[in-house]
Order: sequence, then C-alpha cells, then structure tokens
Amino acid sequence: MKRRTFLKMSCCLGAGLALSGLGLDLGAVKAYAADMKKADALKTAAQSTTICCYCSVGCGLICSVDKASGKIFNIEGDPEHPINEGALCAKGAGLYQVSVANEHRLTKVQYRKPGSDKWEQVSWDFALNRIAELIKKERDKSFITKNEKGEVVNRVQTLSLMGSSNVLSEECWATTQFARGLGYTYIDHQARV
Amino acid sequence: MTNHWIDLQHSDVVLIQGSNAAENHPISFKWVMKALQKGGKLIHVDPRFTRTSSKAHVYAPIRSGTDIAFIGGMIKYIIENKKYFEDYVLNYTNAGFIVGEKYSFKDGLFSGYDPKTRRYDKSTWVLEKDEKGIPKQDKTLKHPRCVLNVMYEHYKRYDLDTVSSITGTPKDKLLEVYELYSSTGVKDKAGTVMYALGQTQSTIGVQKIRSLCILQLLLGNIGICGGGVNALRGEPNVQGSTDHAILYHYLPGYLPVPRSNRQTVEQYMDAATPKTSDPRSANWWGNTPKYVVSLLKSWFGDAAKPENGFGYSWLPKCDVHQNCDVLHMIDDMYKGKIKGYFCIGQNPCGSLPNSNKVRAAMTKLEWMVHVNIFDNESASFWKGPGLDPKKVKTECFLLPATANIEKDGSQATSGRWMQWLHKAIPNPGDCLSTGAIVTMLMHKLQAMYKKDGGAMPDGILNMRMDYLTADGKEFDALKVAKRINGEFERDTTIGDKSYKKGQQVPGFGLLQVDGSTSSGNWLCCGSFTADGQNLMDRRGKEDPTGLGLYPNWSFAWPVNRRIVYNRASVDQNGNPYNPARPLLQWKDGKWVGDVADGPWPPMGQEGGKLPYIMKPDGVASFFGPGPGDGPFPEHYEPLEGPLKQNLLSKQHNSPIITIFKSDMDKIATADPKYPLVLTTYSATEHWCSGGITRWQSWLNEAMPQVYIEISEELAQERGYKNGEWVTIKSARGQLDAVAMVTPRIRPFTIDGKTVHLVGMTFNYGWLYPKNAGDTCNILTTFVGDGNAGTPEYKACMVNIAKKA
Repeated sequence: MKRRTFLKMSCCLGAGLALSGLGLDLGAVKAYAADMKKADALKTAAQSTTICCYCSVGCGLICSVDKASGKIFNIEGDPEHPINEGALCAKGAGLYQVSVANEHRLTKVQYRKPGSDKWEQVSWDFALNRIAELIKKERDKSFITKNEKGEVVNRVQTLSLMGSSNVLSEECWATTQFARGLGYTYIDHQARV
Repeated sequence: MTNHWIDLQHSDVVLIQGSNAAENHPISFKWVMKALQKGGKLIHVDPRFTRTSSKAHVYAPIRSGTDIAFIGGMIKYIIENKKYFEDYVLNYTNAGFIVGEKYSFKDGLFSGYDPKTRRYDKSTWVLEKDEKGIPKQDKTLKHPRCVLNVMYEHYKRYDLDTVSSITGTPKDKLLEVYELYSSTGVKDKAGTVMYALGQTQSTIGVQKIRSLCILQLLLGNIGICGGGVNALRGEPNVQGSTDHAILYHYLPGYLPVPRSNRQTVEQYMDAATPKTSDPRSANWWGNTPKYVVSLLKSWFGDAAKPENGFGYSWLPKCDVHQNCDVLHMIDDMYKGKIKGYFCIGQNPCGSLPNSNKVRAAMTKLEWMVHVNIFDNESASFWKGPGLDPKKVKTECFLLPATANIEKDGSQATSGRWMQWLHKAIPNPGDCLSTGAIVTMLMHKLQAMYKKDGGAMPDGILNMRMDYLTADGKEFDALKVAKRINGEFERDTTIGDKSYKKGQQVPGFGLLQVDGSTSSGNWLCCGSFTADGQNLMDRRGKEDPTGLGLYPNWSFAWPVNRRIVYNRASVDQNGNPYNPARPLLQWKDGKWVGDVADGPWPPMGQEGGKLPYIMKPDGVASFFGPGPGDGPFPEHYEPLEGPLKQNLLSKQHNSPIITIFKSDMDKIATADPKYPLVLTTYSATEHWCSGGITRWQSWLNEAMPQVYIEISEELAQERGYKNGEWVTIKSARGQLDAVAMVTPRIRPFTIDGKTVHLVGMTFNYGWLYPKNAGDTCNILTTFVGDGNAGTPEYKACMVNIAKKA
C-alpha cells in the first residue's frame, strides 16, 4: 500500500471508530482494549489489509494494530478495494469479534480422553505425536495395496478428512497433499455441501 | 463465476434464481443495484419473498426444488418464439450438430438406463461425425435430429399449464419472466444469472445449473460483459479449496482422480486427455499431460522421475465407480467402517443433513481431530443432546487455529480473483495455522516411517512438504504459493529463453511433460512472475477498458482473464457483438481488452479458433453427455416431496441418486403425517451453521434464536401466533422453534391442491448460545445430487404442532 493510500484511509478510520462507539455493549472486547486510547492509537497504528472470512465476494478490510501493546483494535472496510469500496455487510462489519478480543476464541490445545466428560489442556507436542501415532497405527493396519481385481490401489478407507474452504489457498493445497500422500480417498469439504 | 462481482453492473436483465443475494451476498447486491440504476431490470425467482425480491421488477414464487421445470418452460418459449441469438447459437454452440440415431428419451428416462446399477450407459448419447471425425452440422437447423430440434422436442412437454402445476408459479408470472429475460437474446443486450445454494442443494442440482447454462447460451449471454452463469459461492475461499481439490473426485486443477483401471501414468493421462480432429478447436485440455506431470513434480520433487511414472503409483486410486463424497463418508462412519476422522474449519454435526445420523456416526469413531477458531457442535459432539459422555469412547483433539486476520496467504473470490491477505498480529496463544498443523503432522509421520517403516511408505517419505518458516514455528504461505504457481525443476531453455532451477514458471503455456517444470495447480501458474513478484498482492486501480476489470488488482485465474470464454463476445471477424461494452476486439492483428481466451485470430480468419476452448468440439453444448443423469436436464421431484407422482413422467425421482438405507434414513413422500414443504436458508447476520457467528455478541443480538417462517394462511388455518414456540417434526427428527408468521411466504397451488411451504435458517446449534435452539438439519434428508453429491437441504417434508 502506498503512503498516500494509508493517509486517505486514516481519515476513514476515524469515522469507523465513531460508529463502533454507538452505545454497543462491548463487554469483553472493552476489557481487552482497556489499556488503549483509540484516538491516540490510531495515529501510530500499524495497518494491514485482509479479506473477509465469510462469503466469497472477497471484500477488503483494514486491520489496525496498536504499536505499543501489539493488540488489534479496529477492523473496517477498505475504501480502496474495488469490489466493496469500503462497504461491508453485518458480519464483515463485525469482523473484530473474530479476533482474540472475543473471549470465546480457542487459544489452547485441548484433548478429551475416551469416556471423559471434559476437555483438558495439553501441549502441541503431546497432541501432534499422539495424532501421528493414531494415523500410523490405523493406516498400517488397514492399508489396501490391491483391490479385489488385483489392481494396485494404495489407499486407506478407514481414515477420512473434511475441510476446509475457510482456510487460505496455500493451506488447502497442503491439506490435499497431506491427505493424498497418506493414501486417503475419503476427502471432502464444504464445497460439496 | 464466468464473470466477476463488479461486472454485474453491466447487466440489462439480472435473473436471480436460487439465491437471496441482497441478504446472503450483500456486497454483490451493491453491483446489482448499480445495474438497476442504469435502467436494468431484476427478476427474482424464489420460494420466499426476500429483500432481494423487494428490489425486483418481477418476483415469481416457486416451489422449492422445481427449477428445471421453470427453466425448461423458458427454453421451450425461447425456441418456439425464436427469441434466441441466432449468430451465437449457430457458431458457438452445438445447436446444429446431429444427435445419433440411437439416442432416445421415454417415460422420464434417457436411452441406456440400467435400473440394477442405477447408472446410464452413455454410448447412445453421441453426436454424428464425418469421416474425419468432426461432428456433422446442419447450420440451417432443419435436420430433425439436429441438437436444437431434439432439445425442442424434449422441452415441448414443459408447457405453461404443466410448469405452473409443478412449480406453483402462476402462469402470468411465468410468462412475464420468460418475456423479460428472453429480451436479452439480442447482440447488444446482456442478461446475467446469479444462483447459489437454492439451485445446487438438490438431487437434480447439477442439471438445474445446466438448464441455466442452456438458457444463457440460447440468449448469447456467456462470455460477454454483463452476462454469464454466476455462482454466488458461500465460503470465503471455497473457490480456492475447490481449485485445490479438497474433494475426492479430482486432483488440483480439475484433473480427474486416479481410478484403479488406470494403473500407469500413461494410461491415466491418455484417458484424461480429450482429443479432437477439428483444426478449429483449441481443445485446451489436450495439455493435460503437462499439468499432470507438473503436479506430480510439485508434490514429489526429485523423487518423481520418468522411470517411476513421476510417482503416480504412490497416489491412492479409487475403484471405478467408488463414491467417497461426504454422504458416503458419513454413512460409512455410521456403519463403523471409518475409525479416524480429521475435521478442519467445519461443523458437520450442524451443517450436514439428518443431524441425528451425523451425530450418531461421530460416536462410532475411535478418534477425531478438530481444527478450528471456536468450539462447535462437532468438536464437542460427545457432550451433545441425548449423549452420555462416559459412553462415548472417541478420543478427541481440539486444535486452536489462527483466523484470517492472523495469516498471510491467498483467498479466491467467486469471481476467481486470488487476493493476498496480510497477517495483522502474531498468533494468539498457542494457535497455529492449518497449514502448519498438516505440515508438522506430515513431518512427524515421515520421521516415524523412516525409522520404523510401515505400509507403503513411499507416498509419505517422498512427499515434499518443506513448508515451515525458518524458525520451524509456522507455515510459509509465500513459499507454498510459489510452489503452486510452479517452478523450473532444473535449468531449462524454452525457445530462445533460459530459466534457472528454482525460478517461477511465468505461465502454464510453459509447463512441460518431461519433468523439467513443477506446478501445484496449473490454473494458478502465472500468479508469480519469473523474478518472484507476487501478482496476487497487487492493488492497482487502473481500468483501461472502463468496464471495471481492474487487471492490476490481484490475479484472476486463468492468466488474469477476468471474464472466461470472452472470445464468444465477438463476431466471426473479432468485432464486439455489443460495441457499447467491448470486452474484446481484434485490432491490428491482436486482441485488445480483457486477456483473450487464447492468442489465435477470430473465427473468420486463417488459423481462427472456436471460442469454447475447454470443450473438445470448441463449442458450448446444449446436448452434453457429461452429467450422469442425461444429456438434457429433466425435472424430477425431490426425494421427499408433496407429490405422489411426478407430473412430467413416470420417473418420480432422479434415477441415479444413491438411496441410503440405514435405520436412520426414513423418507416420507406424499405422507399426510408430513404435509408441509420445508426449505432452508441463512440470515444475513449468521454464517452457515453459525459455528463462528454464534460466538459473537453483536450478531447474536441481531439474530438471537431459531425460528420458522410460516405463512399467514397456514397460521390462521392451524391457529399459530407470531412469536409462540412450535415443534417441527420430520420422519427423521424434531426440534422447537419460534413461529414467525409472515406474508413473505404464501401457499402454493400444486397439481390443483394447496401446498404450504415453511422455511428455517440453518444457523443455530445446541452448544452456544444456550437456549438459542438447535439446527434445522435435524429435519433434512440424507440424500445428494446424482452427479455432485450435494445434499438436498432445500426441500423435505415436515409437520408443525404447538409446543407441548
């Protein structure tokens, strides 16, 4: 983004902030942002562009991050974006609540033992090692080298994968590579439904 | 989309059928409104009067699931009244081609049907060819078996009385729509079709879309500015996830999935590559082998060699007719055949049909991995309604993912624009991107197979997934994007140009079959320049055509083409059919405007090529043997509907759909216990199953709980009051919802009888917010389209009672 564009957007951001103050109960969001004065933060905010995470119109948004605290404090429509020209629907306009300002965001790795009635916090190491172990065990047990006709098929049908059209393209490509490398045939996601 | 969002403003008539664009793709509707401001007209065909209808010049109500009858009637009207765009139809479609003598259609079935396998033998669905192998053509359209005449014969049965009786659309409304929309069948008018899940979520969804394609081709509306067949896709990156094939039935770039009868890469490529004898056909898919080898090179790197078929044998092969789509997956899970399940960014326990069956299926799993940014009804299925967690033996993982605003990478819009996102903040807490999770898991598995061996380790050990950042902590999206674009795998000279190993391939025209290039998806080749410039990250606002193509904003696949099949927008001499909106023009020996569909001269000149470059015959198909359920779309009733008998033929439902027969797959067609048609949809303020939006206070405040929309007539007949709780039951389950009595829904007259339709949004679930209600998919049927497997969410049968 050019500096000129940044400056132009800063003016629009001011208007957006005023809107987000229209008597809405911010609750946890307020607590998250309590240590920032928005007007001051805006002057020095780091801004970056992103694309909406809902429908496939592909509206552009601008995220503002407070340089002092490193926290994101505002997200709004990108006025330079040729498709949405700054406008957003109700969901896109509320994208801030997808950020960690939302107390419900998952930030810890969780594990539920068979028969347990609760999630327990575990480490990435534990989770990834255990999942890899489970995949290998089932794959080695059920791998089909040849079908009934004697044709080589190199597949596993007791493992399946679903998703996602809600992650970025490079991740989608790595996911399909992951599944096919392991021999999965049960591969599907939202695009079909 | 053949076109793109901004292009909607150029339409003279917008037909929205099977979409509520104003509420579900609100920003798309901004461009529809611009078209209306310029004098354009809007038609909305939908079971329910929505905010989209409120802006329409013509609103036509339709019974859910009957779009082929509606459009079939329009096809008949257009041919009968010669409203089609003749120059386009004669030159750019197979209207004049001759259908083989053995083709027939009788009692609702096409020739070649086998009731035992529920499949067609398509050998009679062919066109006659001359001695050179080129399709015979009668440009006078007089031959009784020319495609246009055979098509007319097929749709002659779709008269106004029959169509109205099936769809419930009043005859005068049908005629009004037919007249207005067919006014675009002239060279200087454009009509666009916008559709969404209202078309696809049906046992005949693919053929519904085909009927819209036929309509657009008759009117000369494909490949032009302001025209097209435009899918309003529902997920942020569903275009990208489809392009990259997180779907069992093909590989990235729409290459067919390897099947067991193709044992070698040569057999596979031979079967996957269409052939043509017509020198005027570009037959772009003739390049398939280059794309296949480049894909295998991108996955297996140096291990992919000509002598091992580039690693083709390591890829899994499905049996010839094996179906691994989501419904077959869940059905096998329910039968206990699937042990381990990986679920990323999705909520199947809320979003798949017949939720009770899906939830029961999950309990049969030995383990489940769920990756998401919020908890949902699927991750926590083991504590769902009616389940005792102690009895659920599934080992579960819930892995915290980063959200869009926390990632670099690209997302493709419905209009095929690949736009780059920038990471705004560091990963929150322990969150990792999905890309990092699958890459790290693959690394772990590679280490385990290297150390201990195991079943067929080659595919795993040779997978090139070197995608982590230098510190090993995250996914390097930029590196993967370059890999997807494609790289020279060794120093290579093509023509008079030399490229170094590791340099990006500048375009798919340079991809090679000898293994010297890799490309993870040929369609994306060109998104990076040879010197490493990321074209997806462009923000140029130049608009040289004045048509809003914005060629310097992001990158549109393929080759930055903004409107596909654009060579169909010009006449034989390369002059635009509509000079007021010149998408493309042949000037001084080259194409000016959008990136043309190939460099060849226009049709009328030496070396000219036909415009439908992805079709082996070079023209678009009215008669098309692709789909499994017929060369022409035919109306069949939803699996569960109000009628005992299809009014058009003896064949009631689609003859090729899979009928699932578990104890949880009960169907109640024309059953007095379930007399009401249920259709489902979404509110603006929630998204899909609500797995993300129900955790947001601002959105919940606007749309707090589950409701069912009921007509004033039905409410009066049954004594329901607006705002009271009712219980909705189908043959598969029940749930409670608030009754919303509304004039937006009206009763239909179907086959002379009154049929009531009710509607629910699919946005809710038991987990959160508490007491907001459960998903309406408890009611829907577990059945999918015969071709695509898309579930029939849009039509099933229910009854309502006051909540006890």
